[in-house]
Amino acid sequence: MCLVARHLEANGIPTLCLGSAMDILASGRPPRATFVDYPLGHSAGKRFDPADQLDVVRNALRGLEVMMQPGEIARLPNRWDATGHWRVEAARTKGGDTRQPRDETPRFQYEADREAARLPRCGPG
Amino acid sequence: MTVEYMRAITERYKSLGYEPYRWFRAEDPPAWAPLAKPLSECRIGLLSTSGAYALGQVAYHYKDDASIRRIPSATADRDLRFSHVTENYLVDARQDPGCVLPLRALGKLAAEGFIGQMADEAFSCMGGVYSQRRVREETAPALLAAFTAQMVDAALLVAL
Repeated sequence: MCLVARHLEANGIPTLCLGSAMDILASGRPPRATFVDYPLGHSAGKRFDPADQLDVVRNALRGLEVMMQPGEIARLPNRWDATGHWRVEAARTKGGDTRQPRDETPRFQYEADREAARLPRCGPG
Repeated sequence: MTVEYMRAITERYKSLGYEPYRWFRAEDPPAWAPLAKPLSECRIGLLSTSGAYALGQVAYHYKDDASIRRIPSATADRDLRFSHVTENYLVDARQDPGCVLPLRALGKLAAEGFIGQMADEAFSCMGGVYSQRRVREETAPALLAAFTAQMVDAALLVAL
């Protein structure tokens, strides 16, 4: 995301990056970023919470008007929950590989999506 | 204290005997393009790096898929799908796409005049691509061409 933001900006398109991993945002140094301290997978707000999603997106977009320092990362005040226990799971250093196998087969969410995209079913061979 | 994902994921892979993932590390300051007009007059483009696709489109594959998808902004939530190499982060987005692809939120912000309008299509790509070269040479130029054709005044980029 940061590579893309930097490329867009270098070609005249203002960008605002919205993300939930502060260290990855800081490493990529996009032109403008907004950090929301939620578990990964919720950068635009909580599930089934349209008010939270609207709030996150609105306040992120404000950065386009108010940020003046290239590389600035603003932080939203939103909290995922009162306990913050989710961070323990997110920061664990042990456990299995959560990545999926890396090959060039399209990974449809549902098998029916494959048919909708007019691709043949996966078969042996 | 924020979660140190790079350290945690690197240690997790190391304990499994895997090479570390190489996140992009910028060596120089970013470029800067100032917003030319108030947000309330801007056409806003959207990119989600969540591997989103619309029903009828081909899903992403997980071996450095550097391609992009064009998703009509009016696509119903029930027709939005996700494929991303780290599927474990998609559990909620697959129930409610608004977690990472804020089409509804942008629509509301346009309706109330907070932004001028949203672009007719959102774009997606898949983050977590190992080849930075392919992101530089394929994904980024494709997105620049796509946003330029939309004549957006600014782009919102949402990470998974």
